[in-house]
Amino acid sequence: MIPLLLILIPLLSGLAVFFLKDATTSKALALGSSVITLALSLMAVSSKGVLHYDASWLPGLGGRFTLMQDGMGKMLGLLTAISFPVVFAATFKNTYQKPAAFYGLMLLTQAGLLGVFLAADALLFYFFWELALIPVYFLCSIWGGEKRIAVTFKFFIYTFIGSLLMLVGILFVYAHTADHSFALQSFYNVQLTGKQQAYVFALFFIAFAIKMPIFPLHTWQPDAYEQAPTATTMILSGVMVKMGLFAVIRWVLPMVPGAVKGHALFVIILSVIGMVYASLIAIKQDDIKRLIAYSSIAHIGLMCAAIFTQNQIGLEGVMIQMFNHGINVIGLWIVADVIEQQLGTRKFSELGGLAQKAPTLAILLVVMALANVALPLTNAFVGEFLLFNGLFQYNIWIAAVAGISIILSAVYTLNMIQKIFYGNTVEKTNNAVEIDFNVQVVLSVLVVMVLVMGVYPQPMIDLTKDTVNAIFAHR
Amino acid sequence: MNAIIVSALLGVVMMFSGIFFKNKSIIKHIAAGCLLLLLGANLLQHYEIFIIKIDTHNLLRFEKMGIFFNTITIVATLIYVLLSGKDIENTGVHVAEYFALLFFILCGVSILTSFNGLLMLFLGIEIMSIPLYILTGTDKRNLKSNEAALKYFLMGSFSTGIMLMGITLIYGGSGNFQIGQAVVSSAAGTVPNASFLEVAGLLLLFSAMCFKVSAAPFHFWTPDVYDGAPSVFTSFMATIVKVTGFYAFIRLFENQNELLGPTWKIILSFVIIATLLVGNITAVFQQSVKRMLAYSSIAQAGFMLFGLYTSNDLSKEGLLLYSAAYCLATIGIFAVLIKMKDYTLDGFNGLAKTQPVLAFTATVCLMSLAGIPLTAGFFAKYYMLASVVKAGGSLWIVIVAVLFAAVSVYYYFRVIQAMYFKEGEAETTEITQSFKVGLVFVAILIVLIGALPSVLLNYFYF
Repeated sequence: MIPLLLILIPLLSGLAVFFLKDATTSKALALGSSVITLALSLMAVSSKGVLHYDASWLPGLGGRFTLMQDGMGKMLGLLTAISFPVVFAATFKNTYQKPAAFYGLMLLTQAGLLGVFLAADALLFYFFWELALIPVYFLCSIWGGEKRIAVTFKFFIYTFIGSLLMLVGILFVYAHTADHSFALQSFYNVQLTGKQQAYVFALFFIAFAIKMPIFPLHTWQPDAYEQAPTATTMILSGVMVKMGLFAVIRWVLPMVPGAVKGHALFVIILSVIGMVYASLIAIKQDDIKRLIAYSSIAHIGLMCAAIFTQNQIGLEGVMIQMFNHGINVIGLWIVADVIEQQLGTRKFSELGGLAQKAPTLAILLVVMALANVALPLTNAFVGEFLLFNGLFQYNIWIAAVAGISIILSAVYTLNMIQKIFYGNTVEKTNNAVEIDFNVQVVLSVLVVMVLVMGVYPQPMIDLTKDTVNAIFAHR
Repeated sequence: MNAIIVSALLGVVMMFSGIFFKNKSIIKHIAAGCLLLLLGANLLQHYEIFIIKIDTHNLLRFEKMGIFFNTITIVATLIYVLLSGKDIENTGVHVAEYFALLFFILCGVSILTSFNGLLMLFLGIEIMSIPLYILTGTDKRNLKSNEAALKYFLMGSFSTGIMLMGITLIYGGSGNFQIGQAVVSSAAGTVPNASFLEVAGLLLLFSAMCFKVSAAPFHFWTPDVYDGAPSVFTSFMATIVKVTGFYAFIRLFENQNELLGPTWKIILSFVIIATLLVGNITAVFQQSVKRMLAYSSIAQAGFMLFGLYTSNDLSKEGLLLYSAAYCLATIGIFAVLIKMKDYTLDGFNGLAKTQPVLAFTATVCLMSLAGIPLTAGFFAKYYMLASVVKAGGSLWIVIVAVLFAAVSVYYYFRVIQAMYFKEGEAETTEITQSFKVGLVFVAILIVLIGALPSVLLNYFYF
């Protein structure tokens, strides 16, 4: 029952918010609904075993409304459920035109995301995959920056082409299942020849690679992150990019193991190229949002490479790092949003000396930034250590090249801190003040999570262990 | 049988109602009532109750699917009359006649869903087409409408001529009006032996039918006619008439694969790709939404042709679903379009601010046309593609089709962008409350079919 409620609560409250007139009420309802979702999600995490929900949906077609929440589903459900209240609370003072529609669409996005992470039926998965996209399209196009319409459209067309190809892939596999059903298990048990596996792999993987994004399909991402309203960007980079990684682990790895093995080196090389390339571009950025966007490409590239190493330690790293990256990147976006809201600029060249004016913000950001560099004692260290370990076992040379991106990430992250917070104050930062209380609380919560997960990551590893084991048992 | 007789009679009734009632809006209500009657008569046939028993000498063959298809077209017409009835009144003075012509078209539709032989096919096509030529030209003072009517009439007669030539050749080759008789007569196991005349006749028939459903390369009349005709009749032409054309097309060519041989698939895939290409790519460059919808209807035809390509049970269900989804969405979007003062894309700028209900329902319709999940259009496209995958083999044509579906998102979403994201004061004619209610009803239907298509299809299987 919990999986169903996890989708229904954001869906229904999202629809309800649409009919509200008042800004404060819609904010309060959105926050309240997301807190309830968080509580439910914590209940799911604390419960033992795999949670199921099953109902009849399309009897003629063989599609059922099946939800399943295993370790990975619980972990990503938790990430989604944490992200939304955090985002709502951190941006509580932001004002939007038509606030009811904004918060309604945000909650619908949450419903779509949770649906993607919980669906255990290929057709249902496809439905939610698209449904997570449509509200985001409207969010970015209505409330985004100056070039929002063209940029969001590029993002939309990119992902839509990917998902249509995935639909063809789903249809193809469906036609080859023994019992003509879209169920996850039937897809796992499907018998395909090597050539067919290669087709299916290509059709699915393009969709997921666009979503992650993997070099060279990443071109939509920096623009979309930059132009989207920051609250949406947080969701896009904190949670939505995990859809791609999640989908590869859930649908591709067990379904076409032969093709995964065959294409592993190719995908890993692309990912590593993307990592180094994105890191180099990040160094040259003058805009906080674009810097975080490129840094995000680099981090996702590492996770994708680790998935395709196909060893246990790499996959455990991916699980824990998906969660950690979500927390860290949302923290960075919150800081970017605070600076933009207060000072009206995101450019490093127009900032400086902010630490004198807002010391609390500086301390909190430095912790988040160090987590972005994966310093020991922060959560990302544990994840990246496992990821690199996995990559190292696969191929030492590739791991060495990928390692360059760690150094580069230190370069651009520390450079960012220095330019924003240290040095002398400039015209724009002369009148800066300390951040609001709600942002302080939210950032402190995130910082505590960063440190706790950095010191004691075992619960998260244990939580997702069943998914990892199931994948290796299936091969 | 019921639908054919009742629709013809009601057409006459509508004609006379113009004499007795001078008030235009009463005529609209009579038409809606008559459509309900027609629906009832058609539903009676589901339960094998006939109003009059006539021996059709095997010229007509009634099947469940055909009767179900009739139901779809009648319901679609009813929705169309309820939504756009007021605009039909405003087109000209002879309101009763317009409604009468709609009923005669429905008579043609019900013949085309039950023909059993080329003679009845020809009759059905003509009964359906001739009232359309008149309706296209109803805006007498408008030069574009006149041009469209004349163009449609000339091109239409020309294609009818081709069709008759094809029928003649087939008759000459096989000695009867049934196509595929050669297959039946040749013994099992031997290769069917179609004569040159039959093959040539079939090709001509194929071209003529392609013309009727505006498949490339026989599509050139479509944009001009759709653009020139009064918008309210374009809506009818692009929906009910078009899907009926497809129904007849598929009924004519189903189970003919043996006779036609492997070349058939090659010709057909050429036509499908060409239709998708022409429709989608040209639609991208249109500035007028009405003309864009004309090209988009060509593009949608490309998808419906998949029903012809595979002819299995999935594609039959798919055709029914596609017809319903496409009719609903197109009637909805045209109903909004008619209310606009400016048909260009810029004319839609800022509609979400001035008329939020119209903008929202138009968005649902456009998403359905684009095939976004949770709208009826998704399952329509899904069934068509699934039928090809199920038939096995040609995965490439499916991939080409979905890439064109992605192109279609581009032009459909441009309207959404204009309505929601651009600044402007979109001007509309007066919008009544009941019109809004009707539009919301259409949107709900689209989403309902999109979430649970089995509701519609279960009814088909009972």
